[in-house]
Amino acid sequence: MLSRTADNLYWLSRYMERAEYLARILDSTQRLSKLPLAYAGTSNEWESALLSAGCATAFSQVHAEANETTVSDFLGFSTDNPSSIRSCLELARTNARAVRTALTMEMWDAINGTWLELKNFGNGVSSREEFSRFLRWVRESSLLYDGSAYRTMLRNDAYWFSRLGVYIERADNTARILDVKYHLLLPENEWVGGALDYFQWSAILRSVSALTAYHWVYRESLKPWLVADLLILREEMPRSLNSCYEAIVRNLDSIAGAYGRQGLAQRQARGIRTRLQNSRMDGIFQRGLHEFLGEFITENNRLGAAIAEQFLI
Amino acid sequence: MLSAFDEMRAYGGTVRSGYKALDTWLRDIAPDVLEYRRREAELIFRRIGITFAVYGEAQAQERLIPFDVIPRILSGSEWRLLEKGLTQRVRALNAFIRDVYGAREILRAGVVSNDLIFRNPAFRPEMSGLRVPHDIYVHIAGIDVVRTDAETFYVLEDNVRTPSGVSYMLENREIMMRLFPELFSQHRVAPVENYPDELLATLQSVAPSVAARDPIAVLLTPGIYNSAYYEHTFLADKLGVELVEGRDLFVKDEVVYMRTTQGPRRVDVIYRRLDDDFLDPLTFRPDSALGVPGLFTAYQAGNVTLANAVGTGIADDKAVYSFMPEVIRFYTGEEPILKNVPTWRCREPEHLSYVLDRLDELVVKEVHGSGGYGMLIGPAATKIAVEQFRAKLKAAPDNFIAQPMLALSTCPTCVESGVAPRHVDLRPFVLSGRNRECVVPGGLTRVALKEGSVVVNSSQGGGTKDTWVLDG
Repeated sequence: MLSRTADNLYWLSRYMERAEYLARILDSTQRLSKLPLAYAGTSNEWESALLSAGCATAFSQVHAEANETTVSDFLGFSTDNPSSIRSCLELARTNARAVRTALTMEMWDAINGTWLELKNFGNGVSSREEFSRFLRWVRESSLLYDGSAYRTMLRNDAYWFSRLGVYIERADNTARILDVKYHLLLPENEWVGGALDYFQWSAILRSVSALTAYHWVYRESLKPWLVADLLILREEMPRSLNSCYEAIVRNLDSIAGAYGRQGLAQRQARGIRTRLQNSRMDGIFQRGLHEFLGEFITENNRLGAAIAEQFLI
Repeated sequence: MLSAFDEMRAYGGTVRSGYKALDTWLRDIAPDVLEYRRREAELIFRRIGITFAVYGEAQAQERLIPFDVIPRILSGSEWRLLEKGLTQRVRALNAFIRDVYGAREILRAGVVSNDLIFRNPAFRPEMSGLRVPHDIYVHIAGIDVVRTDAETFYVLEDNVRTPSGVSYMLENREIMMRLFPELFSQHRVAPVENYPDELLATLQSVAPSVAARDPIAVLLTPGIYNSAYYEHTFLADKLGVELVEGRDLFVKDEVVYMRTTQGPRRVDVIYRRLDDDFLDPLTFRPDSALGVPGLFTAYQAGNVTLANAVGTGIADDKAVYSFMPEVIRFYTGEEPILKNVPTWRCREPEHLSYVLDRLDELVVKEVHGSGGYGMLIGPAATKIAVEQFRAKLKAAPDNFIAQPMLALSTCPTCVESGVAPRHVDLRPFVLSGRNRECVVPGGLTRVALKEGSVVVNSSQGGGTKDTWVLDG
């Protein structure tokens, strides 16, 4: 297939995934910020939301203060922010238009329909209720896109490249949200923070839709190191780093199989996957969770660059 | 206004034979059902994303062409006549272009003047003496035809550069079959859905002789900002070929390749929807970022086929158009089957003074114009507009031709007040390959939705209809 087509499919999926992630962050932030101070701690949740979205610098150029109004607008609707939900959905559609022939009718319908409905929200929303509805709609749109891709695409390189976009983006998102809250996940926090952090942990889980999953996997009340374990190492958790890399390696292998050759991207991905498989939480905590996550984010970006170099240009 | 021939009721009398069942159906159907179906069609169009862009309208970047749910019907015998006339005309056009860039017999015979060719901006000197694969220049032609009564069809324009609109022909039929299955059981409508297959076969048949047995064809688009981008994606999809932009292609050792995830892949036939000017910055406009550097040298070397060929624009020219009856006679030895609209070439002083005396009766067009831009419809224009146009015409008479106002036929059309006659034209698509010619029965019917208007261009508020060719 054309390199540009593969590139568009890859980014299209990244943008849809990112839009959903932003919606989840905003949703969990909204919840946290509504708790009485005694439960939620004193940190500015809206600032953490910006950090998790990787938009803090861009934000500071437009707004002075991070609060519900400014952050909701910046991450939700702003056209100044190339990573706002709205920008993501618009970019996704631009990419989709450029590769219409590589999309199934259902995928196009999902993306184009989303883009058309986006207009109903205009330049923003006027109430919290409406904003919640908006966030729910974003999540549904992303699911619709993902489902239609999964259900209707031929299992060929077009599908594999679009899946790669999903998982590279998802791995980045999970690592970022963990890194912003990493201090809450350190084992000693059990004594330091106590009940105070309970809601922070549950907010992390909620933002990657893993709150229920946690209970099914561990059958325990929330423990910070288990939250980290779930999101980093647990393979059965679809947003964990390890699970993302299982999928990345699998899709890259499919491409290598079809094309009859391996390359740097395949080797790098397998390297990261092997390290994750061989890691244990206590080891990660010993070496430093923050360092681990920082390294992971860099490695994940490098893999993205290697994929681009090998296939997309 | 002139009284027009209505394709359903002739001049107001009895219903013509092909329209009988439709007439009954129209009388039986409740108006709100028609309106409901119309909205349903619009919704489907919008969801599929069948849109076009109007240049210069920033906020309305993607617009929908209004679709009229009442089909336009041609009888089998009417179609056979059209088909014969179209095939004849396109054969002559091909022969003409080959001659203009080759032996130039028509110039030596004095049928057309040297000036008309060599001083024409659409003439490409680079093409002189260059043989294109299998001597075919116009692989895809869109010939605009209008009708003035039961027997008379006129060709209004030859579109032989990169004619568009065929996706609407195909999608309109799909939507009609979805919305009105009962109508299709009452009529035997010739199918159009084989057009993409015919097009692909045409493209493959003209691959250079150096190409492999399974030649690789691609569709070259200027990109998502082009007004016909939807059509490009639609056709690439139906053809099963890659939709490429200039940056996806590159030329090495006079061979064209596309960049794929598995490395470079050779390209044999390019169905290009990009104008000559932008094809290759090394040969044509140097500022073009849409083309492929070196493409023309690969073309000259005979390693790639461009469809349509470079330089076909010479036959799009409306001054050249005025010579078409002579051109057809010259190359085919036959009388033209389809009429030409009488045309005054303002480049000729006698013609110009005739036109200037009758500006308020005539239609004046730019010789290189398209899309209904920059024309004067004398009988419908205000005095001021006529005078403004007079100044424009005097300043550059070479740029204009004039034609009498034709009473275009009308077809029943859904309008706000119900169903009323509106003027229509027809763009059938003619394919020419190696040893094959094909005109899919039907074409794109465009309809001027405003009462009395004869401008059917989508950029000027025209709509489209499904076109039915019936058995018998």
